[in-house]
Amino acid sequence: MNTDAGMIGQAGLQFFGRMCTSISHDIKNVLAVVNENAGLLEDLCAMADRGKPIDLSRLKRLAADVKAQVRRGDGIVSGMNRFAHSVDSTLVRLDLVEVMELLKTLSLRFASMQGFAFRLTRPQDSATVTTAPFLLLHLLWLCLEQAIAAAGPGRTVELTAEKGVDGASLRFGRLEGLGNAPAASFPTEMASRLCRALNAEVRVDVQANEILVNIADLRE
Amino acid sequence: MNVLLVDDEAELVSTLAERLTLRGIDACWATSCEEALRCLETTAFDIAVLDVKMPKVDGLELKKCLQEKSPGMKFIFVTGHGSTQDFETGVSEVGRDYYLVKPLNIETLIAKLKEALQR
Repeated sequence: MNTDAGMIGQAGLQFFGRMCTSISHDIKNVLAVVNENAGLLEDLCAMADRGKPIDLSRLKRLAADVKAQVRRGDGIVSGMNRFAHSVDSTLVRLDLVEVMELLKTLSLRFASMQGFAFRLTRPQDSATVTTAPFLLLHLLWLCLEQAIAAAGPGRTVELTAEKGVDGASLRFGRLEGLGNAPAASFPTEMASRLCRALNAEVRVDVQANEILVNIADLRE
Repeated sequence: MNVLLVDDEAELVSTLAERLTLRGIDACWATSCEEALRCLETTAFDIAVLDVKMPKVDGLELKKCLQEKSPGMKFIFVTGHGSTQDFETGVSEVGRDYYLVKPLNIETLIAKLKEALQR
């Protein structure tokens, strides 16, 4: 790490906090839906006690809804767990497909609030890189925020992982609004600090409507 | 009473509406500002229960839109786990008593609906 460490640490903690609040909000919503489904079940049982027959198909739908919410909650908590473990080691061999999927899970609420969708393209050859997982997620999140601000009318951001000569790269594509964003504003100072710490490079290509992140292998 | 429920979680708000209806309360639901305003074209609501955090138009803005169309309407806010700032903003709009946290207790909600209408 270099002299940027202090700034990266403070901003990293803020990033960690933002992710935690977003995830806890998602979990609250899952619990709220399950709570209403359970409440409706109680209501139907109370009506049955008073002699009104229970509609079995309604019960089946409620059970299916609860299962769907459990799957949703499980996905959110699994993502949170992977995110929390990203601070365990400062140097790990990462598969960028897994990183893309984690980024997608972490951004579910953000995506819903901003009204955009993700499309992931998996590489033909495995795209792996030895890097600092938490710092990489932070850098990619900053890129994602910029990508969303520049997403075109389709409100879809295409994420593509590729194998590189000495590492791997991640491409945020379909950013038709990239030309409208102030060119000098990205990479931000923090994104540049993270690039230096990660031995990575962020390139904004207005012609190709994309942000490219090249991540070189870090060594001990 | 006629209640309008607005939350971007469709399953939450539809089930809540069903439960209120079972208790003899007329409840309609919407998942966005646009849908809520469409509901208002056909029904006069006494009170609206709004989620604070929603895509595009949040609960605070939606309250203003609904108030313009229906000045006498009362409001209750519902939130997941907002920040302290969100809490203070919400409370300043509707008062601490009408700012509820998910998951909801339906009996508490009904009590608050009645209380708000008697204000």
